[in-house]
Amino acid sequence: MSDIRLHTGAVAGALAPREYHLAHEPHPENGTALGFWLYLMSDCLIFAALFATYGVLGRSCAAGPTGAQLFDLPLVALNTAFLLLSSITFGFAMLRKQLGDVKGTLLWLAVTGLFGLCFLGLELYEFAHLLHEGAGPQRSAFLSAFFTLVGTHGLHVTFGLIWLVVLMVQIGKHGLIPENNRRLMCLSMFWHFLDVVWIGVFTFVYLMGVL
Amino acid sequence: MSAQHTHDAHGHDDHHDDSGPHSTFSGYMAGFVLSIILTAIPFWLVMAKVIADRNTAVLVLGGFAVIQILVHMVFFLHMNGKVEGGWTLLSTIFTVVFVAIAITGTLWVMFHMNANMMPEHPQVPASAQHGPGTPHNAAP
Repeated sequence: MSDIRLHTGAVAGALAPREYHLAHEPHPENGTALGFWLYLMSDCLIFAALFATYGVLGRSCAAGPTGAQLFDLPLVALNTAFLLLSSITFGFAMLRKQLGDVKGTLLWLAVTGLFGLCFLGLELYEFAHLLHEGAGPQRSAFLSAFFTLVGTHGLHVTFGLIWLVVLMVQIGKHGLIPENNRRLMCLSMFWHFLDVVWIGVFTFVYLMGVL
Repeated sequence: MSAQHTHDAHGHDDHHDDSGPHSTFSGYMAGFVLSIILTAIPFWLVMAKVIADRNTAVLVLGGFAVIQILVHMVFFLHMNGKVEGGWTLLSTIFTVVFVAIAITGTLWVMFHMNANMMPEHPQVPASAQHGPGTPHNAAP
């Protein structure tokens, strides 16, 4: 068996010199998008674990305040609106980018950042309010799970905002070069992904918690 | 709608222009309007206390969340079977299956464990309940 293989290999080698280094790397054309998508999917697993934890502990209030007593739905609705608006304004930034309009892209990115900041501010206000009422993460298993899940999402938004500001500086300095377009595409996926996670948060934590 | 970004043949650097799929204004607006509707209805259902039965409400809210996540995936994340030759879709399906198993499995196991570990009523020592002649497992 190995004899035959050796033999055919020798014949092929005799016919044409083997190429070990290809002139063009055979990688997919848009590999970054798939790689970043895989990162988002692994992030999804983190949130799945946190959602599962919240699902288990969500009713374990340790005789403390329940979700129905604590959650302020109009505030959550406003927060959801901020995040949804920031998603569509990021979409507008991507549309300006496609036209090669640096100023328009920066403007819409700034609007996106502003909405993101409003979201984060409102969430921090809610957290501060809960802590002030003595409903901090150490109060009950329910509140521990709540702060972990919502806090992790908020942390993602915070890092998204830092990324946004850094990218705005990059675009302002170098314009819409291929590298910046690639980064913009990744950030857009990240930002929309956070909005998708928030759908889960407002549905399963806030709305179902108030039921 | 969200056609793949076609790479022009001018210049070899275009090969590395990973700027993602082409998006359109109408696509974003359609997604935005749909997600506003799909957000407003669940909030209204809960805040106006439309559905009295809790289990029904949970199912309806979960349904709205799933639809809205799909809307975001298609209109904002430009998800379809052709992006990256289908690998994006495949990895997403894998993640969805994994997440579903992780969450339902966790809830299933933990609630069964709760049911088995925590007595519904305070337990009384067996010797105090039964007389000396009574078998311990005689309860109907």
